[in-house]
Amino acid sequence: MIKSYDSNAYDVIVVGAGHAGCEAALASARMGQKTLLLTISLDMVAFMPCNPSVGGPAKGTVVREVDALGGQMGKNIDATYIQMRMLNTGKGPAVQALRAQADKWQYHEQMKRVIEETPNLTLRQATVDELLVEDGVCQGVVTNTGARYHAKSVVLTTGTSARGRIYIGELNYSSGPNNTIPAIKLSENLEKLGFKLRRFKTGTPPRVNSNTIDYSKTEEEPGDQVPRHFSYESRDEDYLKDQVSCWMTYTNRYTHKIINDNLTRSPMFTGEIKGVGPRYCPSIETKVVRFADKPRHQIFLEPEGKNTEEVYVGDFSTSMPEEVQLEMLHTVAGLEDAEMMRPGYAIEYDVIDPWQLKHTLETKNIKNLFTAGQMNGTSGYEEAAGQGLIAGINAALRASGQSGFTLGRDEAYIGVLIDDLVTKGTEEPYRLLTSRAEYRLILRHDNADLRLTDYGYQLGLISEERYSKFLAKKEQIIQAEHAVKSITVHPNEEVQNYLASIGEEKLKAGVKADVFLRRPKVKIDDIEKLTHEHISNERYVKEQIEINVKYEGYIKKEQQQINRLHRQEAKKIPVDIDYQAIEGLATEAREKFEKIRPETLAQAERISGVNPADLAILSVYVQNGRYSKIKN
Amino acid sequence: MAQTLTEFDTIAAISTPIGEGGISIVRMSGEDAVKIANQVFKGGNLTKAASHTIHYGHIIDPANKEVIDEVMVSVMLAPKTFTRENIVEINCHGGIVVTNRILQLLLKTGARMADPGEFTKRAFVNGRIDLTQAESVMDVVRAKTDRARQVAEKQLEGGLLEKIQGMRQEILNVLANVEVNIDYPEYDADTVTAKQMIATSKTVISEIDDLLKTAAEGTALRNGLATAIIGQPNVGKSSLLNYLTKSDTAIVTDVAGTTRDTLEEYVSVEGVPLKLIDTAGIRDTDNKVEKIGVERSRKALAKADLVLLLFDSSKPLTAEDHALIDATNDKKRIVLLNKTDLGQKVTVEEIKQLTGSKVIAISVLQQKNLDQLKQAIKELFFNGIENSNDQVLVTNQRQSGLLEKAKTQLNEVIKALEIDVPIDIAQIDFNGAWDTLGEITGESSPDELVNQLFSQFCLGK
Repeated sequence: MIKSYDSNAYDVIVVGAGHAGCEAALASARMGQKTLLLTISLDMVAFMPCNPSVGGPAKGTVVREVDALGGQMGKNIDATYIQMRMLNTGKGPAVQALRAQADKWQYHEQMKRVIEETPNLTLRQATVDELLVEDGVCQGVVTNTGARYHAKSVVLTTGTSARGRIYIGELNYSSGPNNTIPAIKLSENLEKLGFKLRRFKTGTPPRVNSNTIDYSKTEEEPGDQVPRHFSYESRDEDYLKDQVSCWMTYTNRYTHKIINDNLTRSPMFTGEIKGVGPRYCPSIETKVVRFADKPRHQIFLEPEGKNTEEVYVGDFSTSMPEEVQLEMLHTVAGLEDAEMMRPGYAIEYDVIDPWQLKHTLETKNIKNLFTAGQMNGTSGYEEAAGQGLIAGINAALRASGQSGFTLGRDEAYIGVLIDDLVTKGTEEPYRLLTSRAEYRLILRHDNADLRLTDYGYQLGLISEERYSKFLAKKEQIIQAEHAVKSITVHPNEEVQNYLASIGEEKLKAGVKADVFLRRPKVKIDDIEKLTHEHISNERYVKEQIEINVKYEGYIKKEQQQINRLHRQEAKKIPVDIDYQAIEGLATEAREKFEKIRPETLAQAERISGVNPADLAILSVYVQNGRYSKIKN
Repeated sequence: MAQTLTEFDTIAAISTPIGEGGISIVRMSGEDAVKIANQVFKGGNLTKAASHTIHYGHIIDPANKEVIDEVMVSVMLAPKTFTRENIVEINCHGGIVVTNRILQLLLKTGARMADPGEFTKRAFVNGRIDLTQAESVMDVVRAKTDRARQVAEKQLEGGLLEKIQGMRQEILNVLANVEVNIDYPEYDADTVTAKQMIATSKTVISEIDDLLKTAAEGTALRNGLATAIIGQPNVGKSSLLNYLTKSDTAIVTDVAGTTRDTLEEYVSVEGVPLKLIDTAGIRDTDNKVEKIGVERSRKALAKADLVLLLFDSSKPLTAEDHALIDATNDKKRIVLLNKTDLGQKVTVEEIKQLTGSKVIAISVLQQKNLDQLKQAIKELFFNGIENSNDQVLVTNQRQSGLLEKAKTQLNEVIKALEIDVPIDIAQIDFNGAWDTLGEITGESSPDELVNQLFSQFCLGK
């Protein structure tokens, strides 16, 4: 029996130092709260146990949102990337997305250093076994060494550690990600406290030695020349010149044959793995079985860093036995002689059904307890970081006696993510997709600062210096908007030639620059050249003008939908509403309302399986606070 | 997502009994009521109108500047209104065709067809009605929405559901592909091209057009049910015509600006709009007491959806009468035995046996049993006679309104793609059309798309 002892008291304790935990702890400390960050292993701080990359569609926007709110992920990747690419450049502005290949070791070291140097923040290695809970209020944590830490609020970010179990073929063992120590007792404690947990599954592919890859048989994917960064504080002139390439190759029928011949040895197919895996990130064996008619599948070879020869074999996640993994790898063009350095594996872990949370990520069950990241049923470093930031902000606000902070579906992908989780729950590890956002033309990666910097500043997470730069940018946008409305483009020869060269119709008469810019192929820079008039010196200011002018009609459409959303969101449902007392509700609707306890009518509308009649009844009862009369 | 709780969009409906009375009122409620009315109103700027004022002017179709009717428009601004929202009431000239066109115009311009009792529901929801009425109103809300759903489900049986689902699936396939191109830019799925999206949009538009052609209230209400009064000279056709056109106060005015077949007259019978064919011919022949008979009738017959076949019941049927029966066998018809005041030589039973149609013995002169005639017309209409050629699939204005909306959205898609707007932007309207069609069948779930994404494509990292 371990003898327990009282250790230091903190304002906020964050359990777990992955991508969620780091953001939570940094936000809390920066908001002036005395914060303790506990991790099972100091060597795993901000570690990337799967792919060495950050960003991509929707996710890249989240990174920018995190940055606009004063979080760390954007800055950290900007300091440690080895390749940067803008994706979807051939598409509209709403879906363009930045993605970086990270040096995963540097990424970890850099984040750890920032945490170590942050005032108010203590980083310590410890395994948390239990929560201290009195009268439904979380008071702190107890570690496996017997230390009792008291705190005003606690954030749990257990990732895939909670009762983690790794599967490699017939082999399986209790483990956290990347063979770390799992958290066993905490899960038991959470169940005892009344939380509903469920099992999810994810996986990672093998890593191979770069020296043993024949890259001549693969296709190169280099980084971009045009500078782009995630953080709004990073500068174009610091853009990395010497970037590392990724490489693409394919599986083939030999690979598929080996997989099919060995399905009986894959725990995914033998039924040994009970956890639900993500549809968007299936193992290679799942892909081969489900899409049997596909002759080949893409594989991306991604370097894991500059000072390592390890290469991540992307899209090749597997839980096959090691020998089969080797065989599979060796069928792939370029990998015929590849040395496998680490085998791929599947990992099962506990998550908390996210409908047990509020939009602040506080649990409904236990006050002052917040959860974030993979343990809330999501997957992805970016999704984790976004939640960690929100949970950390709210834990800090709670510790200092202030009311909570949430983001709407119309304000941020982070808002979409959290609302989806708490309103609908999730049946599989949840990944953000642009299609999950109703207003993606508003939620762009290029305007995350305009959407969210004010919040970050009010929360105390954005420095005065950065904020004044932000205000200056806003002012420049206003001036540039004014400029395009007042500059006239005349139908002179130069202009007509330009139009002909880009395949646009000729001008019949002079028009204002904003009207001219509405033509899809016209670029704002060209207007400056053609008219010799100045719009702005700032590339990012011009970008805003260009998008706002070109897509004005569509932006307005989304804005109208948002206005309606706001009106429904203004209709708050009283916290203590008694659904049993409302006559006429269908049983299914009553159960769902009871379970999710929507905060607004807008949220109630989003609950699946509730029919319009029930919504109408609910809406009538909550209007004008009259519900109270119904209660008895 | 349950889309039906759209409390704050602008709704419109005809608030006077259809086809009756000299004046009809089309009412709108919602934030955009004034804005929408203003777009189809000529006679002053309604958006600048003070609350509770009435304005004289004309309703104009903005698409072709056609004048639809001379109207008085009342503007009542929130919150001192029945629903506590902005309300606009358009007082127009009673006839069903015009009233309905105005309503359709408002629906096209941005209003949504009100559900049954929705004005009252809004009044309640917005706190206009006292809570003491809660119980009963809740019952109504519950019953109405449930009944509406039942009705909707029933209506959807006739193949409409299948058609709409088909269209949605066509859109969804393309949508999922677009989403894959966006969310998995490196995945080797085929890239959806503007061409493909335009092609799909066009296909779906033509399918929507086909559906709209079958719309009861689309064709019949807009154009009237083509009706031919057929019979031998002197059988009483002109008396019946006069009765139908004059006894009813709701003579539908001609639509200004459209070319109209001068041989047609519009009437409303029990709310059913009839387009009477070859009325001039009827008047001519009866006046001149001449031959013509079958020949002329045949021409009218070709255009008719409904035939009112008149016999003189005081005489036995002639060979010409039998010829008329044969000529109208493939039409919906009501057989009328006129001149019962002169003593009957042919009986209802006899003719019923002979024709297999609804037979009514009437006397236009004595105005006997004419109510039965009206009733019979109404029954036939609402039982789906209104379109003899096509199966009626679209049975209410909510459906046709949504179909029109989806069509508009798809046209926007085409327009945008033709000027090289990026596909993921044009897709906003494409998505909108998919949602709109989903509203018809009541199955608009954002998760549907995500599910399609993962079942259609093999994705992964």
